[in-house]
Amino acid sequence: MNNLWAEPGNSRLVASAKSIQTDWLMTDDALKQELKQRGIIVASFEDILDWGYNWGRKNSLWPLQFGLACCAIEMIAAAAARFDIARFGAEVFRPSPRQADLMIIAGTVTKKMAPLVVRLYNQMPEPKYVLAMGACAISGGPFKEGYNVLKGIDRYIPVDVYVPGCPPRPEALLEGLITLQKKIAGQRLFGKDLPRHANPEAPAEYPVPAYGPHDLVPPSNPGVFCPPTPSRAE
Amino acid sequence: MSASSSNFFSGTADAGALEVSLGPHHPSTHGVFRMNVRMEGETVVKLQPVFGYLHRNHEKIAEKNSWLAAMPYTDRLDYICSGTNNWAYAVAVEKLAGIEVPERAEYLRVIVGEMTRLQNHTAFLGFILGDMGAWGSALMYAFREREKILDLFEELTGARMMLNYARFGGVRCDTPAGWLDKARAYLATYPAFLDEMEQFLTGNEILLSRLQGVGVLSAQRAINGGLSGPVLRASGVDYDIRKVDGYSIYPRLKFRVPRGEVGDCFDRFMLRLLEARESLKILQQALDQIPEGPVVNPAVKQRGFKPPAGEAYGRIEGPKGELGFHLVSNGTEKPYRYHVRPPSLINLTLLEEMCLGTKIADVMVILGSIDIVLGEVDR
Repeated sequence: MNNLWAEPGNSRLVASAKSIQTDWLMTDDALKQELKQRGIIVASFEDILDWGYNWGRKNSLWPLQFGLACCAIEMIAAAAARFDIARFGAEVFRPSPRQADLMIIAGTVTKKMAPLVVRLYNQMPEPKYVLAMGACAISGGPFKEGYNVLKGIDRYIPVDVYVPGCPPRPEALLEGLITLQKKIAGQRLFGKDLPRHANPEAPAEYPVPAYGPHDLVPPSNPGVFCPPTPSRAE
Repeated sequence: MSASSSNFFSGTADAGALEVSLGPHHPSTHGVFRMNVRMEGETVVKLQPVFGYLHRNHEKIAEKNSWLAAMPYTDRLDYICSGTNNWAYAVAVEKLAGIEVPERAEYLRVIVGEMTRLQNHTAFLGFILGDMGAWGSALMYAFREREKILDLFEELTGARMMLNYARFGGVRCDTPAGWLDKARAYLATYPAFLDEMEQFLTGNEILLSRLQGVGVLSAQRAINGGLSGPVLRASGVDYDIRKVDGYSIYPRLKFRVPRGEVGDCFDRFMLRLLEARESLKILQQALDQIPEGPVVNPAVKQRGFKPPAGEAYGRIEGPKGELGFHLVSNGTEKPYRYHVRPPSLINLTLLEEMCLGTKIADVMVILGSIDIVLGEVDR
C-alpha cells in the first residue's frame, strides 16, 4: 500500500469492490506490475480502507501520561522542546487511560505496581499498544534480582515494541515510536492474521494478578508470556 | 451526620466526608506515589501517604554485590540528580576506608555536583508549574535549559542521566579537552534563563496566590521532623551541610545560604531560584581554581575493593537535602549493611501536617514544593 501515492500526477487509481468481477485483476501480479509501470495502481477497496485507517491512527497516537521511574524523565525529555515527540504526532499525553492509545511503560514495574499497570491497560480502549521502555520494563533490568521487581511487564500484557537502554535516550524512544508506526501501518482490517483489536476471538481484557503470600498470583499469564525456549549449541 | 465505615482509615467517618485515593497513577504525584485523602467539602482533614510502588530493593541488591557494583545503582536512587548520589556514596566509602581524594577530583566532584543541583532546580521549576496547572510551557523552558547541562554531562561521562562518575578516591575520568571552557561558556548564559523565568513567574499573580501562605511549616516543626535541604531552609533554618560539615573544597568557596521567612510553598519555590544563583557562583570559582593533577587516588583498588571492618556514615548536601549513606563493613568485598538516608523520604514525613486544612488542589502544589523523587523515597 505504500506505493499508493508513489507517482502523484500521472497515476490513476483503480479501486474495486469485491462484488464486481475484478478478482482476475487483483490476483494477477504480473498484470499489476505492468499496469503500475504505465502509471495505473490497482488496489482493492479493503486496501484503501486499511491504508486510510492506519494512516490516521499511526500519526495520532495518544500516549498515557504514566511514568514509573527513571525512564519517565527521558520520556518527558522526549516530549519537551528539544526532541519534540509532536513531530511524530504523539504529543498528546492523556492522564486518563480511557483516552489513550499507547501505554509507554517507562520504568521499573514492581510487584506492588504490576496489578495497577494491568488494570490501567484493561481500561484503555482498543486499538491499544504497549511500548516497554527501558531494561526494567523489558526484563527487570539491573533490578532483576530484586525480590519486589517484576521481571518484565510482558508477563501480563502483550508488548508491541521493546526499547532497550537504561534509560533509553529520547532518540531511542522516538525510534521505538517509529517502529510502532510501521507496525500499525502493516495491520489489516480484513482477511486473515488480524491484529488483536480486529479479531473478535482475542481477549478483551487480561486478568489482573493478585497479591499472593509470596509473589503475584499467577506469576505470569501463560496466554501472553511466551519466553524463548533456551537452546544449547551441540 | 451519621457515621459510616472508612475505606482507608481506621475508625468511622462522617457521612459527609469524601475519601479520595490520589495516585499511584496520577499526573502530579511525581512518580508512583499514592495519598489517601479524606475531605470535608474541598478541605483536607486527613491525609495518609502510601509508599512502596517503586520499592526496587536497592539496599538488598547493594549488599549482594561488590562495593563498586553499588555505584551505578546509586544513580537510580534520585534519578534526576545522579551526580550527587555517586558522590555521597563515595564520601561514605572513603570515610570507611580512610581514602584521600586528589585535589582535581574534589574540584570535578564539586563541578558535577553543583551542575546537578542546577539542573535539578531547573527541572523543579518546570514540574511545580505543572502541578499548578501550567502544564507544558514552563516544563518546555526548563527542559530546554536542562538539556544543555545534560550535554555537558554526556561529554564528560558518556551518559545524560546516569553519570556513574564518582569512584572511591576520585572520579572515573578526566575532562575531555576544552570541556571546562565549554562549561564556563554555557554557565555564562544561564543567568539569562533564570532572569527570564523570574520575569515570567515571580510576580505572576496566579503563581503568588497559589503559592503564598500554602503549606506553611514552622522552623520548629521542620527541625523536629528531621527535614533537610531547601525545605528546611525555606522554613528559616540556617542549615546547609556544605557549610556545617565543610566537606570537600566548600570551605574555600564563597557562597551564601539563602533562607526563607514564612516556610510556605512560595519560600520553597524562591529558595530554589536563589540556590541556583549561588550554585552558579560556586561553579565559576571552581572552574577558575581547578588545578592539574590526577583525578583518582592510584593507591585504591577499585575492583575487589575491601575496606577494613567498621562502619561509617557519609553525607553531603544533595539538591533535595541531606543525602547520607550508612555503611557497615565486615572486611569482605561486599557491604555487610548498606543503608541510604534519602532526603525525599524524610522530607515527606510532614506532608500531612502541611496539607491539613488546605484545599485538595493545594495538596499537589505542596507535594511538588517538597520536590520528591520516588526512586529515592521507595528505593
